[in-house]
Order: sequence, then C-alpha cells, then structure tokens
Amino acid sequence: MTNHWIDIANSDCILIMGSNAAENHPISFKWVTKAMKEGATLINVDPRFTRTSSRADIYTSLRPGTDIAFLGGMINYILSNKLYFKEYVAYYTNCCFILSDKYSFEDGLFAGYNPKTRSYDKSYWAFEKDKNGIPKKDHTLKHPRCVLQQLKNHYARYTLDKVSAITGTPKEDLLKVYQTYAATGKPDKAGTIMYAMGWTQHTVGVQNIRTMAIIQLLLGNMGIAGGGVNALRGESNVQGSTDHCLLWHIWPGYLKTPRASNTSLAAYNKKWTPTTKDPLSANWWGNYPKYSVSFLKSMFGEKATAKNDFGYDWMPKVDDGKSYSWLDLFDEMYRGKFTGFFAWGQNPACSGANANKNREALAKLDWLVNVNIFENETGSFWKGPGMDPKKIKTEVFFLPCAVSVEKEGSITNSGRWMQWRYKAVEPKGDCRPDGDIIVELFNKIRDLYKKEGGAFPDPVLNLKWDYTSNGKYDPHRVAKEINGYFLKDVTVKGKKFKKGTLVPSFAYLQADGSTSSGNWLYCQSYNEKGNNAARRNPVDKSGIGLFSEWSWCWPVNRRIIYNRASVDRYGNPWNKKKPVIRWTGKKWVGDVPDGGWPPMLTKDGKLNPKTKYPFIMKPEGHAHVFGPGRADGPFPEFYEPLECPVSENPLSSHLHNPTVKLFKTSADKYLMTCDPRYPYVGTTYRVTEHWQTGVMTRWQPWLLECQPQLFCEMDEELAKLKGIKNADLVIVESPRGKVEAVAIVTKRFKPLKVEGSVVHMVGLPYHYGWVHPKNGGDSANLLTPSVGDPNTKIPETKAFMVNVRKKGV
Amino acid sequence: MAGKSFFIDTTRCMACRGCQIACKNWNQNKASETQNWGSYQNPKDLDGNTFKLVRFSEMEEDGKIHWYFFPDQCRHCLEPPCKDTIEGYVDGAVIQDKDTGAVLYTEKTKKVPYEEVRDSCPYNIPRKAASGQLVKCTMCVDRVSAGLLPACVKTCPTGAMNFGDRDKMLALAKKRLAELKKKYPKAQLLDPDSVRTIYLVIDDPQKYHKFAIASNDRKGISRKLAMKKMLGPARQLLKPGLLG
Repeated sequence: MTNHWIDIANSDCILIMGSNAAENHPISFKWVTKAMKEGATLINVDPRFTRTSSRADIYTSLRPGTDIAFLGGMINYILSNKLYFKEYVAYYTNCCFILSDKYSFEDGLFAGYNPKTRSYDKSYWAFEKDKNGIPKKDHTLKHPRCVLQQLKNHYARYTLDKVSAITGTPKEDLLKVYQTYAATGKPDKAGTIMYAMGWTQHTVGVQNIRTMAIIQLLLGNMGIAGGGVNALRGESNVQGSTDHCLLWHIWPGYLKTPRASNTSLAAYNKKWTPTTKDPLSANWWGNYPKYSVSFLKSMFGEKATAKNDFGYDWMPKVDDGKSYSWLDLFDEMYRGKFTGFFAWGQNPACSGANANKNREALAKLDWLVNVNIFENETGSFWKGPGMDPKKIKTEVFFLPCAVSVEKEGSITNSGRWMQWRYKAVEPKGDCRPDGDIIVELFNKIRDLYKKEGGAFPDPVLNLKWDYTSNGKYDPHRVAKEINGYFLKDVTVKGKKFKKGTLVPSFAYLQADGSTSSGNWLYCQSYNEKGNNAARRNPVDKSGIGLFSEWSWCWPVNRRIIYNRASVDRYGNPWNKKKPVIRWTGKKWVGDVPDGGWPPMLTKDGKLNPKTKYPFIMKPEGHAHVFGPGRADGPFPEFYEPLECPVSENPLSSHLHNPTVKLFKTSADKYLMTCDPRYPYVGTTYRVTEHWQTGVMTRWQPWLLECQPQLFCEMDEELAKLKGIKNADLVIVESPRGKVEAVAIVTKRFKPLKVEGSVVHMVGLPYHYGWVHPKNGGDSANLLTPSVGDPNTKIPETKAFMVNVRKKGV
Repeated sequence: MAGKSFFIDTTRCMACRGCQIACKNWNQNKASETQNWGSYQNPKDLDGNTFKLVRFSEMEEDGKIHWYFFPDQCRHCLEPPCKDTIEGYVDGAVIQDKDTGAVLYTEKTKKVPYEEVRDSCPYNIPRKAASGQLVKCTMCVDRVSAGLLPACVKTCPTGAMNFGDRDKMLALAKKRLAELKKKYPKAQLLDPDSVRTIYLVIDDPQKYHKFAIASNDRKGISRKLAMKKMLGPARQLLKPGLLG
C-alpha cells in the first residue's frame, strides 16, 4: 500500500474493486465503516454481489477480466469532462513530458512490437529530451505529443457504448461510478482504491493496477490522506516476504537479481542504477550501489572485500531473458528437471494454477521436503486421487514446524508496518520454528561442503552465519542484521559512528563496504534507539491516524508515501483539514516527508533550486502516467483473458495480451477460441472463514462448520438451463481438470449481456483439498490455467472457461 | 432501567462470523459436521452447541439485490416467556441476573419439556445440549461480571455488536435509527422495550429472519403457558411466604 489501513478512514470515496474486502479483510472494514460514518461513499464493482457489496452505497457488476475497459472508460470520462486536478497533473506527473515521434499506438499494439519474440523494444517509448538530456515538458499540457494528449487519444476509444458492451455493465451504472469517483479530483477530496487478487490474477494484472494508478494521479489522489493505491495483501506477512525477496527477480529491498550478463559488481550496479540529468530530480534509486554493497556485506561479512567485489561472484545469477517464476519452476519440475524441492509453508498441490500439472510434477522429484504445520495435499501428494504410490519414486519428508504464536519475530502488514510479535506458547512435540530448521539445515550443508568440496563451495563457506544465541535461532540477530551495522568507525554527514553500532537509517548506508544492511528499506527498523518494530504507543498526534509511534514502517517510518504530492508547490497542504505534511517556512512538519528538500516554489513563486520533484523514486521525479517500463505497454490496453467467452475485441484486432507466453507440456491445455464444451466463465475467490488452500483452516472445526464444502455459485437462469437446484452436487470442468461441488444457486450472480450475447459465470472458492474433510471437495485450481501476466507471471485464476453439469447427468 | 443491553446494528454487519466463532470459543462449544445446504449460513439453525448464529437472507427487489445478515442470539427478555414456562415445571431453573438482567438456564432445566419451552419463545431461541440441559446465549455473564465485553461484542470489527448499560444502548440505538431513517424509511428497532438484545434493521424484519421480531400470531403457546399468563399476578400472590 502507498497508504495504510487506518488511513482508509480518511477517504471521501472508497472504491473496492478487484477485492472483496469485507469478506477477506474483515478488520479493514472497521476503517471503511469509520469513513462511511463520516460521510464517505463506498463503491463496489464485482462480477458477483458479495458481503462487501451488501455494505456498498453503489454496487455494480462487470465481467471477470474486463477491468481495463471499465477503468479506461473512467479515464475517458475524467479527461472528457476535465475533472482531473490540473496543477497536480501538470507538475507532479509525467503528463507534461513529450514523447519522441517514435511512439505510436495502432490497433492494439504499441510501437516497437516484435511478433516473433512477442515482446516490445521499449526504446520506442522514450521521451524527447532537451540538449541537457532532460525530458522536454509542456506544462500547459497542450503539445500533441505530450503524455496527456496521448492519454486522451488512447482512451477516447473507451466510449460508454464500447465499455458497456465489453463489461456487461449497464451504461447508467458506469456513469454513476465514474461521476461519484471522479468527484475526488478536487484538492480537498480524497478517493482511495482497495484492490487485491481480483485485479492482479490476470494476464493483464499489472496493467489493471496501472489503470487505477493513472486514475489516482489524474485525480491528485496520490500522497494524500485517504488516497493512494492500496493493495490488500493476502497473507499477514506477504508484504514482509516480498520486501525480503521471496520472489526470484529481486534481492531484499527490491534490488535486482543479477543477470548472467552483469559480469561484475560494477557492471551490475551500472546496469541497475538509474541516472538523471535533472538536478531537480532526487532519483533516490541513484543510491543503489550503497544498498547493494551493504547487502553483500550482510551476506558475507568480513569475507566480502572491495578486492573480491564484496562477494558479488558468490551470488547466484539468472540467465538473461529467462523467467524463473512459480509457473516456470513447476513447468521445469513437470519436465523432470528438478531433483528436489522444499515446499516450505506452502501447498502447491492446491495453490498453484493447473494443480494437476503441479501434482504430477511432484511425482517426478527424487525428494520433497514439506515443512508445514498440518498434513496437506503437497506432502501427501503421493497418496492423492489418481496417484499410485508404487509408481512414485519421490522420497517425501515432512518437517513439522511451529506456528506464528509459538515463536518471536516480525510481521509486515499491507500498510508496510513492521510489527514485532512475541512467543505465547512453546511449540508442541517435535515442531520447531522455521528459523531453527533453517539454521540446522544450513549448518549441515556447510559441513558437507567442508568435507566433500562440491561444485562451488565459496558462497556456502563464505556466508556470514551468526544468527544464533545459545545455539538457538535468534530473530533479534536477524532483525539487527536487516537494519545494518557500521563495520568500522566512520563519520557520515558530520556525525561520528562507532564500529559495531546499528545504522540509524538508510541515509547513512555507504557503497564502500563500511556498512552492512540485509535490507536497505528496513534500515531504521532496529537501530540504537531499539527495536522500533516493537513500539506500542497508541497515541496519534497527527489527527489523520498515522500513529507514528506504533510499530515502524518503511521507508524511515513514512506512513503515507509520495507525500510531497500532498502539498501545492509552495508546500501548503491541498487539504487543510487532513494535512499529511506542511512546510513551516523552514522545515516540514507532520508525517516523515518524502525528503527534507524545500517546496518547489519560493514565496515569490520562483522555482527553488534546492527543491526536488515529489515522486523521488522515479528517475525524472515525476509520477508515471505514461509507464515506459512494462512488458506489455506504456498505457494499459484492454485485452480479453486468455480463455474468454467472445471471439472479438471491440477495441482492437488483438483478442489477447500480445506479450503473453504459453507453456507447452501435455498438461498445459488452453482454449484459444470459444469452445462450446466450455461455455461459461469460471472464476475463483475466497471466503472469510477459510484461508488460502485451507491447510490451517480446514482442520479448525468451528471454521469448517461454517464453510464445510467446496461450493459453486451460479445464477438462477444458468441453473434452470442445466436443471440444477440449490444444494445439488455439480461437476465443474475445464480442459485441465474437474471438481465436484455443491451448487449455490443465487440472485447474487447475474448473467451479463456481452457484445450481444448472454454470458454466464460460475465461481468457486479455492480453499479445499482432498486430504480433509472427506467430502469437502478438492482444489478449484484443478480448473485454472497455467498462464500468467507477462510482467509478474501471476497466474490468471480469475477468468477462464468451464462447463458445469449436475452430478450424474 | 438497570442492567445491560446489546445493541446490534445490522447495517454494520458483514457476516464475518467472528461473533459466531468467538461465542463457540468462549463457551468451548463443539462444532458439528455440516454440509453446504446451498447457503453460506451454517449450522442451519441454533443448536445445542451454537448459541450465536449469523443468518443470511438474499432477495431481489426493484432490480436491487439485498443480502441481509442477522446475527441471531437470545434476546434476554425483560419478562422472558421461557422462564414462565420453565418455572411451571421447576423452580429456580432460570436465573435472571440482577446486575445485568441476563436470562440464565441452570442444570435444573434438564427436567423441563424442551419443545414447550422453545415454542414459548417468540424468537425460537432455547435449544437442548447433549447433557439434556437447555442452552442459549448467556450474555457472557462471567466475562461481563469481570468487567469484560461479551465475546461476540469484543470480536466484532465494525461496531455492529455493541454492549453496555441499557440506557446507553437504548440511546445509541435511537440515535442510529434516526440517522438511518433518512435513507431507509422502514428502519426500525425490534421490540426495544421488551428485550435486552435490541436489533436495528432497515427493512421488514421478516426479510431477515422468521423470528426476528415477536409477532402476536406465533404458534405453539401451550395451554399451560396461556393459563399461567391469565392467572399470572394471582399465581404470584399464591406463592408461599408472600402473604405471610
């Protein structure tokens, strides 16, 4: 989230789309309810009427996967009716930047497309630069090649008629939503978006988010109280996990995983450190080498020296142009390319799209280590449906681990707040905390490398591994390492620091090997002041619910990021009633400002040479309305989900995202065109009572009592068509698999009128698995396709094609 | 009037079932093996192990979909009909706690015909536990007497569940009703003068739950209870000790 949970209460208009917040983040509704108490309007757009919809002031539906059409129509509405926040858009976003004449868009494709590689040459999306190498700007926003004019042209095609035909949303509903939300374009109004997997789990997932980010920028909703782009994370600590590089493409703190072509530390830093010629751009990522070197020092300690590139050669590299995402890993596993697999705190047999492929992939391993708290479909894959243990060679180990309340550590929530948690009880029996398991595992691995050598022992033998106290894993040691230390006596910014003391914040990290930091973003979380994540001061001094002394958030405890955009160019808050920061004439007061530089203009309206543009994480300091870095285009464009109920796209001749890649094993079956065998749109989602694949919740009797079985929701017309009554058992099938479910025939699903035909949708929660309970049903992911977003590879589990029939028919 | 009350604002309820589970947790009530009977609501009804049940009702009117949630529980009536019925059989089987007004069943209810008691309740609340004792919401009187909120109230994230001194809860209920009446002319409080668990709804109570509100034409009042009601005050006078 750019903002945080409590800040939702500051909003005037809350859009919940691509999320069912009341269902899956019920505590967030405390803040939504508070906002509504103060007069905020709640808008909910969802293919089905959910628990969130029941609380909304305005509800309407749309076909799964058509969000870009819906939101593109909103952009068109905002621009056509001039409802955008002019000063904000002109000065804080790249709407004023002028594009080179190489840029164009035609019939669903941007300039630079290579049909052979199905990828773009992004040099076609570059900005026109002046003689100093700074992007040319037109603050009047009139230049035909300025981003705003190109944006207008792009979304002029998203008329109400076209949008309604694509989404199935009635025109009057579209208008109502657009009107209500666009009213937050005023300086003292804030609109916020709460979104989740309903937006991300698509082959256009990233572009879905981009569309909303553009809307938020047009309306001046970034950096302000009650605004922002707010992802509701799906696990209590997934934010922490992604921050600490759970994913293959990053190092901790969103540094990049080196490519094979980054043959030295210098080459690596050069490649990934953005530069700017504009002295008014802070270009905060320009500090990249300080963070990468500090990270290497945390990894290898004293073994990392300037002479050996701080151990850069010991870090794994990825092949250029290759993807190692979840979908790619399971594809390789299915092809028999993996010997072993640690399924650590996860249940791929149920959680991954195309679950049959994943289950069969597990059978190709030599060994599998499953670390979890309960028996699950992954560790027990070998005795699952369709499996013959006699034919499976995989040796499976189950390591029981402790649950969160049986160990100490931190959890980072969606709002970036790192909150320290304490141990309440001892783990039962042989269950151990993950930290202890990792420590013991690595100690043994290192011993083996010492004894036997191995292909490349250096990284293993040189790894700094001092995270225990009294032989036990100590989260405090890890937390401190993440923060980072001064490794020798130094003077930074005129202050003296002693060797072995904790670095106060990332502003003090160095690229010369004199500092360490396991994750630069978290530098300040645990410093000489103490464990800031453990702070529990419930007093809010800000008036807007910042609670700055409750726990600690990154970066540097800044609660609302991009807050330099919450003020006008003189440093006065756009909204005097809910200021985030304010310039006193000498300094900023309020939240931690996004840099202490003075406002853009002096009192006499002249440009202050000491200022910096507000969006400090972009090389040119301006927010990206035009996004030149994404795989599938600088402006979001509507394409259908890979599997869709229509054969034409009214907006272009490209039905699908032209940069999407498919997998090619026999287990990868896709419907590239409409198929009468699978005529209904399928979607998956969650319920309040269960969590993820249900590994924890299906064993909890009270929760299971509430939601005992896999169900399939459908509209009354479809049910009548198929002779299905409420509570009948049905079979839902896709080209990839099938599941048995209990039908819930409901008015909350409605058939949609799409491009002249009627489209039915069915939906299933993905919380179930064959291990337990016996008649609970299996994973809805047996139906979903192994195809993902071209930027993130997140699977498209929200829109695919299925058939449904009554069991026994 | 003294004692405590619940104020349940159904417009703030999103059926998260935190209350249903918290009640089970505090009372250490078992879960039963259920099936999906075509609804999110489960168990289907209150039972010997379910004292708090979130009821789901969906309907469509004038092109609008409504999904009403009703977190059902004992009303802790000021003059509980169940108490009358039970005391027709056994004295001292029902206690009305003098501090809170909570209506509490004791072990002695094992000796009372269950259906008769249940049918005498306008809200269809009393159930029978495996032990044979009659059971229902206890207002978490053990928590309340220790200065804590009932488990369901503590858990509720949105402020649908409220609890406190009766006069404060009535004031809160009336204030909220006035706010909602503007947008929802059918908004009403359900039997606020005769119960301690006061619900606020924005539509016909029947749309939420058959027994949401006490209706005059309820079935199943036994002849015995009807007789008792007739003789009521006289019966009190005939109790030993009262007249000397």
